[in-house]
Amino acid sequence: METTLSAEPLVEMRDLAFAYDRKRPILSGINLTIPKGKLVAIMGGSGSGKTTLLRLIGGQLRATSGEVKVAGNSLTTMSRADLYKMRRSMGMLFQFGALFTDLTVFENVAFPMREHTDLPESAIRDLVLLKLNAVGLRGAANLMPSELSGGMARRVALARAVALDPMLMMYDEPFTGLDPISLGVIGSLIRSLTDALGATSIMVTHDIVESLQIVDHIYFLSEGKIVAEGSPDEIRASADPFVHQFVHAQADGPVRFHMKAKPFAEELGLGVSI
Amino acid sequence: MNRSVIDLWVGVFVAIGIASLMFLALKVSNSATANLGDTYRLSAEFANIGGLKIRAPVKSAGVVVGRVADIRFDKDLYKAVVDIDVSKNFRFPKDTFANIYTSGLLGEQYLGLEPGGDSEYIKPGEAIRHTQDAVVLEKLISQFLFNKAAEGGVQGAPAGK
Amino acid sequence: MLARFFRKLGAPVVTFIWRLGFAARFLSAILMNSGASLFRFQLTMRELYFSGVLSLLIIMVSGFFVGLVLGLQGYETLQRYGSSEALGILVALTLTRELGPVVAALLFASRAGSAVTAEIGLMKTTEQLKAMDMMAVNPIARVVAPRFWGGVLSMPLLAGLFTAMGILGAWVIGVKIIGVDDGAFWSQMQAAVDFRYDLVNGFIKSVVFGVAVSLIAVFEGYDTEPTAEGLSRAITRTVVVSALAILALDFVLTSFMFRGKA
Repeated sequence: METTLSAEPLVEMRDLAFAYDRKRPILSGINLTIPKGKLVAIMGGSGSGKTTLLRLIGGQLRATSGEVKVAGNSLTTMSRADLYKMRRSMGMLFQFGALFTDLTVFENVAFPMREHTDLPESAIRDLVLLKLNAVGLRGAANLMPSELSGGMARRVALARAVALDPMLMMYDEPFTGLDPISLGVIGSLIRSLTDALGATSIMVTHDIVESLQIVDHIYFLSEGKIVAEGSPDEIRASADPFVHQFVHAQADGPVRFHMKAKPFAEELGLGVSI
Repeated sequence: MNRSVIDLWVGVFVAIGIASLMFLALKVSNSATANLGDTYRLSAEFANIGGLKIRAPVKSAGVVVGRVADIRFDKDLYKAVVDIDVSKNFRFPKDTFANIYTSGLLGEQYLGLEPGGDSEYIKPGEAIRHTQDAVVLEKLISQFLFNKAAEGGVQGAPAGK
Repeated sequence: MLARFFRKLGAPVVTFIWRLGFAARFLSAILMNSGASLFRFQLTMRELYFSGVLSLLIIMVSGFFVGLVLGLQGYETLQRYGSSEALGILVALTLTRELGPVVAALLFASRAGSAVTAEIGLMKTTEQLKAMDMMAVNPIARVVAPRFWGGVLSMPLLAGLFTAMGILGAWVIGVKIIGVDDGAFWSQMQAAVDFRYDLVNGFIKSVVFGVAVSLIAVFEGYDTEPTAEGLSRAITRTVVVSALAILALDFVLTSFMFRGKA
């Protein structure tokens, strides 16, 4: 485990907790480190708080207690202006792409460049086509997002997210709702873009099969806590009951099939009280 | 949508909008208050102003020369004090008469100035001394009825002939 | 029991006041982030197109029809008192002071306001606003403020257009069809309608309505609950709340502007 995390950390979380209100903590006692140049997956079931974790790293949410550090800067005390400066070196792929529906594919990818750089039109054009070529969609430059399939939209969003060559990439459920081919394409793109850009990538997902093939390290999240971590090989071999249940997709295990309830017999009125 | 097409249409829109505002300003409205230019204040006392309102026109020989600025009740004299703003272009002799007229039988009431022959002019802030009250229609009618009754003698019952 | 009744009664009131405060904070956020919409005017230009140009037709047609009806009804009533020449006064005063700004604002709220809410709401539902925020582009400056200013700038022009079309409609029905004297129609109108008191006050009204409707539209869009149902509710709320706000503001403004005046 130590071998995969030896590099210098880019993202660090210390004793982090987050809650929308006091009664329902979403995350608590999170300690994690994401080293430079690695592709790390955060996995867990629905509602385990993994998207919230990503939002905290992106600075869209502020931690209730504890600390989040990105490239040595603490996000918890950062001003909005500094946060925006920080985000210029971050890219994020949203669950369903979140392309701007009123702009063409070309303009979508050009958007961050137009907003943050003073590049001349010809340079923007070259860069956009380069990014679109990297995801294999140069031919779709003049289409509107509504004319794209789900997988293509995700690839365009990926091209937009890497438009400014970020040092930190975040992927929020990149595999949701994709057919196996598109899923494989997105998976290999995430890996190759991470390597090509020399960027650090954090991926939030529950797709264990695809993740095990491409990531360097995995954190498991359950009910707001990190319950397991390790490299793909360690995870495959893990005897941890939670990891075992997750990897082998078993219906019942440490994560119960049944929601907490009164004993069934009692509910049916078959209890002793009669 | 092309940028220049948007620009063109927005241009058309703004042009139409401004044209209609100009139409309203020039063809539909008068700028009486603005046209008067600089004004000076005069006042006049009346025993009865009838239905005179603030902003009613002040006319002389039928031409608007000012506006009614304020109407107050003088609690010592039991009279109405009417302040008027008169354009600085016009001066009126000291013995000018201020009358309250009605335009048409049921029209709005206005203040009429009838200049006299005095060689001195009323100075700003002074009062117009000669005034004539509004004609109150009810009074006129009752007067008319009384006269008729007097002519016809006692037997002229009100119910008719 | 009683406590529950009051709690039930109180909850919507608290929600309303909470939203009112949020809307006020939102307005100040818009104003502070208006730099982009003014310096990069192309952004606002696009919104002028969507709120202004696309509302042109409905405003012109409805203005004309309102004028036709006012002309007919006004003539009906005025000719009983033998003063059908006053038709111009009646129509012009009604339109410049009240109907022009109010009806134009109501139409604007349902045509452009609802579209703005739908657009921003959809951007929120599909996480486009969050994506923009993650790209270090402030969605209030880039998306909300241009739409707000587009609406604020469009509204007075549309109200003026509505009024002008209405007077034209009344002229067509009164002068061209019924046969009221053309000269009397215009001259009486011009004598009675005061630039400062009637036109400028009507203009001020339309500016106030423009601010109110635009704020409501962008606020409801930004505050949309990110579901399909939430979006449709936000659009409905834009139209309903705008209509109420317009009518209430109209009453307040009218009582300030025209009280005790001829």
